[in-house]
Amino acid sequence: MNAPAVELVGVSHSYARTPALQHVSLSVVPGEVVAVTGPSGCGKSTLLHVAAGLLRPQEGRASLLGQDLHHLDETARAVLRRREVGIVLQYGQLVPDLPLLDNVALPLLLDGGDLAQSRTAAQEALERVGLQDAAQAVPAEVSGGQAQRAAVARALITSPRVLFADEPVASLDPAGARQVLGLLMSAARLGGAALVLVTHDNTVAALADREVRLRTGSIEHEAVLR
Amino acid sequence: MVHTQSMSLTELHLALLLPGPRHGYEVKKEHDAWFPDAKPLAFGQVYATLGRLVRDGLAEVVETRTEGGPERTVYAVTDAGRQRLEEWLTEPAPPAGTGPEDIVRKTVVALRAARGEGAARQVVLRQRTAHLRRMRELQGLDGADTDVALHLARRHAVLHLDADLRWLDEAVDSLSRPANAPATPPDAPPAGAPELGPLEETR
Ligand SMILES: Nc1ncnc2c1ncn2[C@@H]1O[C@H](COP(=O)(O)OP(=O)(O)OP(=O)(O)O)[C@@H](O)[C@H]1O
Ligand SMILES: [Mg+2]
Repeated sequence: MNAPAVELVGVSHSYARTPALQHVSLSVVPGEVVAVTGPSGCGKSTLLHVAAGLLRPQEGRASLLGQDLHHLDETARAVLRRREVGIVLQYGQLVPDLPLLDNVALPLLLDGGDLAQSRTAAQEALERVGLQDAAQAVPAEVSGGQAQRAAVARALITSPRVLFADEPVASLDPAGARQVLGLLMSAARLGGAALVLVTHDNTVAALADREVRLRTGSIEHEAVLR
Repeated sequence: MVHTQSMSLTELHLALLLPGPRHGYEVKKEHDAWFPDAKPLAFGQVYATLGRLVRDGLAEVVETRTEGGPERTVYAVTDAGRQRLEEWLTEPAPPAGTGPEDIVRKTVVALRAARGEGAARQVVLRQRTAHLRRMRELQGLDGADTDVALHLARRHAVLHLDADLRWLDEAVDSLSRPANAPATPPDAPPAGAPELGPLEETR
């Protein structure tokens, strides 16, 4: 029952000559909230990309919900991500040509969902992040904070069992941040999702059950906060 | 803990009498309701302060109640007291942050007492954990959604912890990590105790 939802074992990865992760191991159980912190460039986003199956590490292995991502082909990985995983990336995650409504509905549509039903669900998800009036705007027509909230709505729409969020409130004001964090936290607290929260903001990290702090690609310190 | 200790006790008590005459127990209860995250006021403190207010003409005794229980002296604020409170509210509080606090002292002691950067780093990392835990606790408390005064008092405490944490982050980043040091184990200090353990160089 407490099998990890997210697991990294001995992960190392370099971009060209830059070592971004070195021997990182991490596991997150269902319902647990882990904050990944550390100075800019320490490897937080790289860790998140590896854990979410978006990047294959050069060394070590990553698994999601007990499935080794190495042993899945690209299609199976994509299906697993689409159905069970919600991801809020740090930059540029929305499809530029689609209105926010369809951006948010996308995970349902890609999974063969009915168009009208998916849009209804997307409209409700947009309401939960306070974007009901921006449903028809394309990403270029909304503010950075609004785009970020739409990305969170999209990540949550499938009620995923695993959530990854990379600086999800970095461009929000305190009230907007509270709202978005409330949604992510209740997915974990009430919905039982495993939540990995990358943040440089200590007030955000302090919501987590555990903090994992990186320094130049390796884990510098772990602290149980609960 | 939200610090009310530095708020002048005189003005605090005057403010607590402002809604109407009260006896000491009511003053204490009202204080503890205004600042639920702060250390409760001690009775001795309340009676001593009220006595001082009367002596200085800032409050007066208006009656002595006996409601079946012990005799209770009821205090009311005077015009002089009201004026004093008004002046206090008008005057900005002195900005904090001039003297070294304990977190700074501990770090400096660890560095200067020849224990080195490794020991200081451990001090700082343990302090970060203690601060994050306290911040988590404060952010998890109920009641601030509907009560703006409580919300603001808590945000003040949280943002002060955040200021400390930023300093601690800078300290961690500027203290060198011992060569080949394993990541610190995820145990850290026992809940709520930013206690200095033995200052060994490596753990
Ligand atoms: N696609 C890439 N190509 C080359 N180098 C990269 C790439 N992505 C990241 N890096 C490098 O890898 C290291 C880790 O980057 P990463 O994006 O994981 O850091 P981060 O902790 O997320 O930083 P930030 O807080 O600024 O988002 C950095 O030195 C970065 O320059
Ligand atoms: Mg990043």
